[in-house]
Amino acid sequence: MKEWPLWEVFIRSKNGQYHKHVGSVHATDAQMAIEHARDTYTRRNEGVSIWVVPSKYITASDPEDEDMLFEPAKDKVYRHPTFYKLPDDVKNI
Amino acid sequence: MEHTTSIDLEKRFEEKIARELKIEPKDWMPEEYRRMLIRQISQHAHSEVIGMLPEKNWLTRAPTLRRKMALLAKIQDEAGHGLYLYSAVETLGVSREQLYRDFLDGKAKYSNIFNYPALTWADIGVIGWLVDGAAIVNQVSLQRTSFGPYARAMVRICKEENFHQRQGYSICLTLARGSAEQRQMLQDAINRWWWPVLMMFGPPDAESKHSQKSMKWKIKRASNDTLRQKFIDQTVPQLEYLGMKAPDPHLKWNPERGHYDYGPIDWEEFWNVIRGKGPCNKERLRTKRVAYEEGQWVRDAAIAYAKEYN
Ligand SMILES: [Fe+2]
Ligand SMILES: [Fe+2]
Repeated sequence: MKEWPLWEVFIRSKNGQYHKHVGSVHATDAQMAIEHARDTYTRRNEGVSIWVVPSKYITASDPEDEDMLFEPAKDKVYRHPTFYKLPDDVKNI
Repeated sequence: MEHTTSIDLEKRFEEKIARELKIEPKDWMPEEYRRMLIRQISQHAHSEVIGMLPEKNWLTRAPTLRRKMALLAKIQDEAGHGLYLYSAVETLGVSREQLYRDFLDGKAKYSNIFNYPALTWADIGVIGWLVDGAAIVNQVSLQRTSFGPYARAMVRICKEENFHQRQGYSICLTLARGSAEQRQMLQDAINRWWWPVLMMFGPPDAESKHSQKSMKWKIKRASNDTLRQKFIDQTVPQLEYLGMKAPDPHLKWNPERGHYDYGPIDWEEFWNVIRGKGPCNKERLRTKRVAYEEGQWVRDAAIAYAKEYN
């Protein structure tokens, strides 16, 4: 380790919300990463909880595969409620 | 899966730009787009970092504890802005450490404005009001930049900048309502900062060499002259409210254009400061270099500790 490794930072803005990616920090260990993330990303009540993950452990899908991965979802309109035309007389559905 | 040609990739990229879709780090992008982003975002990051220096000189001499706390918080924000931006530029596959070293070695540019000194307490007010004010106009427009991580950093930064500008204007107001001496000090600071602040938006559109490509790829969203005019239009009424004057005899409202007219900018001075002949160029870089060298043992110790105990 010559340079401080990179960590991705995720913040939960308040309880009830998911943690959301906000950016990254450099730190030598997890504790320092949390402290830097706190100073960098939560100076104004932006969060109640922080996750840090070494960036090298993130596996991302390839944008090249976008069509292969997500295109099939687009032609499955029958997965949406509006696909089913029901008589107006039927209520509460 | 069939092979995607570079022509396809380029077409898809241009389509995304045309449709106002953001480009994300792992998306294919032209090498020149990547280079332009690395240059612009890193220069922006260096500017945030060096921008702390003119203000920190006044931390120990702030007139009240409240002003001192506000200034300290503002300066800490600027460090944060630098970090958001280094984080954004790193997604393009460059090392933050390397970019920072280039900056310390004088190989990278940063905003010219920080090569001017903050001579009096009034300068701190004027920096917050005018320098951060100009930065806001630029950064609000960059919230719509085409590269996702840069746009997101801009949104975060803009949320914090309003505090910077308002604390600055509040200092100016106090001085404007003070003694004749205080008003004179304020006017003097405005006189010194006015023109350099107008230069922050960069050379006139006709002479700006990077602008066209940058606008085409939507890295930049408004031209230098457009942003400069916008800043002037919103600032002059604030100036008048203070009962102060701009050091520009040509500054006046033009009802036909619906904008303020302003006098010629001395671009010779701008280019001189860029070439290193500003009042503080050497001192600013020297300060950052010394800080980096003196902090080396801390960086080393942190690594040694992590190896030992993790
Ligand atoms: Fe800033
Ligand atoms: Fe600021």
